[in-house]
Amino acid sequence: MTTTRFQELIAKNEVAHARRRRITNAVMLTITGLLTLLALVPLFWIVGYVIYRGGSTLNLDFFTQLARPLGMAGGGVLFSIEGTAVLTVLSCLFAIPPGVLAAFYVARNPNTPLGVALRFGTDVLAGVPSIVMGLFIYTLIVVPEKHYSAWAGGLALAILMLPVIIRTTEEMLKLVPHTMREASLGLGAPEWKTSLSVMFPAALNGIITGFLLAIARSVGETAPLLFTALGNEQYDLGTIVRGGIQSHQSLFAIIGRIINQPVDSLPLTLWKYAQQPYPERINQSWGVALVLMIFVLLIEIIARLYVESRKRALQG
Amino acid sequence: MKKISVPQKNHWLARFQRSTHYGDIPWSALIIIASFLVLALVIAIGWMLWQQSADTRAQFGWSFILPTSNSVWDPLKGVYQSWTFIYGTLITSLFAIIFAIPISVGIAVFLAELCPEPLRLPLGWMIELLAAIPSVVYGLWGIFVFLPNVVVPVGQGLAAAFGQIPLLNTFFIGPIPLSGSSRLAAAMILTIMIVPTITAISRDVLLAIPNTQREAAMGMGSTRWEMIWQVLLPYGLSGILGAIILGLGRALGETMAVTMVIGNSLEATNSLLKPGSTMASLLANQFKEAVSQLHTDAMIEIGLTLFVITLILNLIARFLVWQVARRTPQEARA
Repeated sequence: MTTTRFQELIAKNEVAHARRRRITNAVMLTITGLLTLLALVPLFWIVGYVIYRGGSTLNLDFFTQLARPLGMAGGGVLFSIEGTAVLTVLSCLFAIPPGVLAAFYVARNPNTPLGVALRFGTDVLAGVPSIVMGLFIYTLIVVPEKHYSAWAGGLALAILMLPVIIRTTEEMLKLVPHTMREASLGLGAPEWKTSLSVMFPAALNGIITGFLLAIARSVGETAPLLFTALGNEQYDLGTIVRGGIQSHQSLFAIIGRIINQPVDSLPLTLWKYAQQPYPERINQSWGVALVLMIFVLLIEIIARLYVESRKRALQG
Repeated sequence: MKKISVPQKNHWLARFQRSTHYGDIPWSALIIIASFLVLALVIAIGWMLWQQSADTRAQFGWSFILPTSNSVWDPLKGVYQSWTFIYGTLITSLFAIIFAIPISVGIAVFLAELCPEPLRLPLGWMIELLAAIPSVVYGLWGIFVFLPNVVVPVGQGLAAAFGQIPLLNTFFIGPIPLSGSSRLAAAMILTIMIVPTITAISRDVLLAIPNTQREAAMGMGSTRWEMIWQVLLPYGLSGILGAIILGLGRALGETMAVTMVIGNSLEATNSLLKPGSTMASLLANQFKEAVSQLHTDAMIEIGLTLFVITLILNLIARFLVWQVARRTPQEARA
């Protein structure tokens, strides 16, 4: 009777084994779902808490007033909003032209040595820590110029934006149907004209989305500005422009004064205020955090929605 | 009869049209110059940092970055060894990666294999939005919310659990400061920040695995989990490794959030539960207040070290991801 006993054991064992496999399956699959929920906890916690703390500090003064001396209630962060605007405009001016042109090159010649090197360089640039870019601009611009300035900060941010701009522009150019390009060339239009007046307009909306994503990435960055733009609580565009007009300076002189001095930016202000022991400054830093977060998340969501719909439309 | 106007050979319109074809030369010159400019930028970053740190490299040589039991960073005496900061960077990033790997691979599996179709995109986006939140906001939230509520209890738990065990207690010697500012805090914040990076790439790697692999595994009678664990994950292993390395690169270079929660102590201790500094946080704190040219140069050399490390990591990661892409045939599922 030993064989049947043995077979019984095997059968039992197999049932147990199958059950264990089923249970492992259920447990592990549930864990992956729970992990996904776990990762969403910080998102809602951060967004919710920043809205709660920041919402109670925001008022009109916050956006329209300069910083008051410590100990005085009120005041705003206008200087830092203006600084962010100046830095963003400058970084776009520095990053967009070379970024878009380089993207035209890779989109058309992905396999030439230069194309391969450029893609690799873009990847490397995307991986360089942002504080290293700050150091680079410090050694390149701030040391020879002997002072911190808005345009040095703009350059540092531009390096940060370049990989994003090159990649999204390249992808958007590739999404333009081949037939359009061929039709244009077939009608006798030269290559540059095809690129500029057929490919570029067709991809334009997507390319602008790429700019927006790049801006969203650079607006929140602090590290590259620490030793390039430095920070400047006295910065006020209104005063600079009014003073320039009253003393009959040329337009270039006024622009020079705007970009040739240190400026603050929203994340820089947040960082400085958060380290101070004064409750009103801490409250203001929550306000800045809210403004920054809303700005960045809105751009990100809109841009992603647009890219997704365009991909669907083009790929069918 | 109306004459059809075909431009004659030397008609001004024909000449103009032909002349526009010369526009191709400046146009290609322009895009090639722009491409070289971007490449030159990458080289210039390395070159400038290398040149500016010449003095410290000459003076301290390899001892600047090599591990030592008591590394000295003394701007007043002019002695610089950066091992404390390299150690701080390595230990925070390492623990961040250890925490992040199971979480992000789990999420990637869920998003790629289990998630109902209509939920896949929104859930994936929400995870990726975590990467969009500015790092200073992480830092601020960390100081006032995350540290007191999460990091301090976790740190106390770790100290109680491992603080007495030999070998492990070098890393878990307590107590954690009451504010929570510690390497552990930095590691945990970094975990949250790198999970989206690793998740997104791992999910794409899993989605690129051909369906035949799944069908074969299921046809052999394996359960879903066995299919994932024994077939899909080994198949996509090098791609997932690449994702992890890219996440590591992000953790190494992260500056602001870490600076705000790590406590910025220069003390040489091995414990995860004590305040410390990373290479990036040292730069953020001391660079502007450098007391001498040598001090500045030493910090530029730290920047150079950081640049070289991330460069190497990127090379490895790209190679791994590229290998998966090369191996996967074109009929991968959409």
